[in-house]
Amino acid sequence: MAQFFAETVGLPWAVAYLVTGAIQCALLILVPFVGAMAFVWMERKVSARIQDRLGPTRCGGKFGWLQLLADGLKLITKEDLRPADADGTLFRLAPYISFTASYVALLALPFASGWAAQQMNVAVFFILAVLGLEVFGVILAGYSSASKWSLFGAMRESAQVVSYEVPLGLCVVVPVLVAGTMDLVVIADMQRGLFTNWFLFHDPFTFITFFVFFTCATASVNRAPFDLAEAESELVAGFHTEYSGFRWLAFYMAEYGSMFTVSGLGAILFFGGWNGPIPIVDGLASLLGINRTEPSFGLWLVNLLGLLNFVFKTVLGVTLLIWVRWTLPRLRIDQVMKTCLKYCTPIAAVMFVGAALWTGVLFPSGMPWQTNVLGTFAEPAQLAPALVHGPAPAASETAPTTRAAAFDTDSRPVARDREPATAAQFAAQRSEGASQ
Amino acid sequence: MNDPINWQSFFFLLFGLVACVFALAVVFSSNIVRMAFYLILSLGSTSGLFFLAGADFVGAMQLLIYVGGTLVLLVFGVMLTAQGPFVSLKTRGGEWVLASIVGGALFAVLAQRAVSISDWHGPERPLTLADSGEAASQPDSATSDAAGPADETKESEPFDPDGARAEENAAEDDKEPAPPTHEGRRVELRDTRTATAIGMALSGPRVDSLGEPSAVRRGGMSSYVLPFEIVSVHLLVVLIGAAYLARTKKRFKTED
Repeated sequence: MAQFFAETVGLPWAVAYLVTGAIQCALLILVPFVGAMAFVWMERKVSARIQDRLGPTRCGGKFGWLQLLADGLKLITKEDLRPADADGTLFRLAPYISFTASYVALLALPFASGWAAQQMNVAVFFILAVLGLEVFGVILAGYSSASKWSLFGAMRESAQVVSYEVPLGLCVVVPVLVAGTMDLVVIADMQRGLFTNWFLFHDPFTFITFFVFFTCATASVNRAPFDLAEAESELVAGFHTEYSGFRWLAFYMAEYGSMFTVSGLGAILFFGGWNGPIPIVDGLASLLGINRTEPSFGLWLVNLLGLLNFVFKTVLGVTLLIWVRWTLPRLRIDQVMKTCLKYCTPIAAVMFVGAALWTGVLFPSGMPWQTNVLGTFAEPAQLAPALVHGPAPAASETAPTTRAAAFDTDSRPVARDREPATAAQFAAQRSEGASQ
Repeated sequence: MNDPINWQSFFFLLFGLVACVFALAVVFSSNIVRMAFYLILSLGSTSGLFFLAGADFVGAMQLLIYVGGTLVLLVFGVMLTAQGPFVSLKTRGGEWVLASIVGGALFAVLAQRAVSISDWHGPERPLTLADSGEAASQPDSATSDAAGPADETKESEPFDPDGARAEENAAEDDKEPAPPTHEGRRVELRDTRTATAIGMALSGPRVDSLGEPSAVRRGGMSSYVLPFEIVSVHLLVVLIGAAYLARTKKRFKTED
């Protein structure tokens, strides 16, 4: 894209890169902005249905769809209040820290095969790490508000997030273990085919893992029944008691943005990402002879359909989160900790061991109806190009690097002081070491 | 692909500056919660430096462990200062002197080491981004040996707008490898899978020992299983100790 701006439009390269980066940032920031507005409207409607009401009906015609704009306008025009005793700088910054963390996590989340702002080798890990940073905003908000309600909410939140990161990490490791990679694009592409190829149905352990993952993800994005940080019946509004207007909106967008991210993560890790339950698009693509490695208009269309598929699954996940919120009562803090430490963590650990045994020892090639090729126990020859810094002819196929980034951090100097090693050499050395 | 701004250097300077400024802010601030907050920013931009260097696994690790670990510091800070509003820490004069001596000595050693590295300079040509092919290229200070992979290496031209572009396009269109030369600086795309190499080194053979010709030196390049295990046991001991310390106190009664 930078090339387009530089050569076709005739901008200088630096400006072209800047424009490209700005466009990509704007596209990405649409997700939390529009997503939050749409999800707020959805939450109103879904909660109304659950409580046997109608929800917004008048604002903007049929389904009250203009309510989302009305909500946004109301919040933006509200006065930006600050308590007199508050720690000013931190109070002002805190919402943006939360929002930034939730937004940065989207950088690594692919929306279709190869359609990620930055396709990362450790995308799963990165998303978990960045989502965990969202709690900083909450704690700083709670501390700097100089209010007891806020402080209590923040302390609860920190205890909860620190605890739930452990089972969440363990749950995420299970599909990573099955796939043999942390690259989300590769993980989702591995599940191409019938829905039996999805990691949810890969083995009984991944099946159970999903439910633990969902529980922990709900807790980690601070949604009911785990929304103790803003328990309105006890803490007024918890950590954002003192916030109003746009800063409050930033917290809200952070919450809905991370809801989207964890749902997307769940969709990719367990539900095949952009691959539908029945591979209609794949069938059409192979019928039309669309090459998946060469960029073309057909591939673009395939990716667009995949994007719709992915967004549909993610919105379903968000709906599930909303449904849970309006159905289950809020837990007490000791129950929250008990759920994490006594149930989620041990179950996740057992599932991890079970999945390792299943994929490694019992059924290394999967069930007979599963047609996907998984990476963990692939031939060393396939793995070896990844290990060495030498010639990697397969690397372009296994890990298609995105051209999305305006500046390419993938390319960097490497000290060429070692010879390229091959898989054979690798294997030879291993056997050598074993014999010694 | 002739970018007058060297983005790699630009972001290196940006992240480095942020890291340094907020590290200083940690030192000079007197409010403990703000200190923790500045520490988060400083460590966060350090992880940005890791990402910039292509070590995405280490970068994510830095975010998860160091930046995430600051959370506990922050919580303690909040709990310590919960007695009065925004209690501040005062540093005495003697502590300043001691700290400056220790910090200055460490800084002098690091600066000396950093400056003494002979070939530390930025790429001579700005970062480039290959348009369609796999090879995003960047000149490297280290010249390659003849056995280098010809597929992904390209001879970098001196600053020559049209020539360089034409050459790159030609190299990518017909996938013809550039002829290996010794005098030209070589560039290549390295696979970004640093995590695999780290994982292998922690549990099995070290990747960088594969290309080592000398068997004696290869024997010395052992993997990191033993340090890894020692650290694990150490952490386990710490965990048990923490649990023991926490449990010996009188238990709270939860009100139902």
